[in-house]
Amino acid sequence: MTVLLFASIAEAAGARRIELPVAAGDTVAAVRERLLADRPALRRFVPTLMYAVNEEYVRDDAAVPDGATLALIPPVSGG
Amino acid sequence: MLVRVTADELRADEAIAAVASPAAGAIDLFLGVVRDNNLGRRVGHLVYEAYPSMAEKVMAEIGAEAKERFGLEACAILHRTGRLEIGETSLLIAISSAHRASAFEGGRWLVDTIKKKVPVWKKEVWEDGEAWIEGPESLGMQQAPAGLTG
Repeated sequence: MTVLLFASIAEAAGARRIELPVAAGDTVAAVRERLLADRPALRRFVPTLMYAVNEEYVRDDAAVPDGATLALIPPVSGG
Repeated sequence: MLVRVTADELRADEAIAAVASPAAGAIDLFLGVVRDNNLGRRVGHLVYEAYPSMAEKVMAEIGAEAKERFGLEACAILHRTGRLEIGETSLLIAISSAHRASAFEGGRWLVDTIKKKVPVWKKEVWEDGEAWIEGPESLGMQQAPAGLTG
């Protein structure tokens, strides 16, 4: 699966796109925790982070299908 | 419905043409423009970043909901990305409606909802630094427990 990062969290991670293996039954939260295990500095973003799976907003208990794109979305500030 | 995330300059005449309708008695136009200050700091310029494909999808959903809620004839939503100087247009919305009240109300609702949901971010660049802005109206800020929003 592919994880996309944007804006503040992308800068902090030094990456905009991270490929991760996905296991059967994985949730957004499970994927996030695997990602954070290697990058503890990103944990500060979690309280305000939103998630999208295949471009649809989801909660962190949503399933992540094989081959999905998970976007980590910090508070938006368009307009 | 005209919906676009683009690095090109936004043009009001294009948005107005996109919502023109013989059934419309009002066209409402909103321009979000870059101002030179925020929270007491002097802003040199802004840099906008988007998740373009999702942003266009969410903008189309919001536009469809606005048409339904306010009985609009049509709407157009365009957001610019990249470096924007003071006075440039970052967000352009045009709405056509039979009557002015629904055009104004629909426009207000559209801007408010875009600021909550559309995956676009702005970075303020000052003389002595820069920071990504976390929109106080964004859904992400609304889910944060008190004390963790700073």
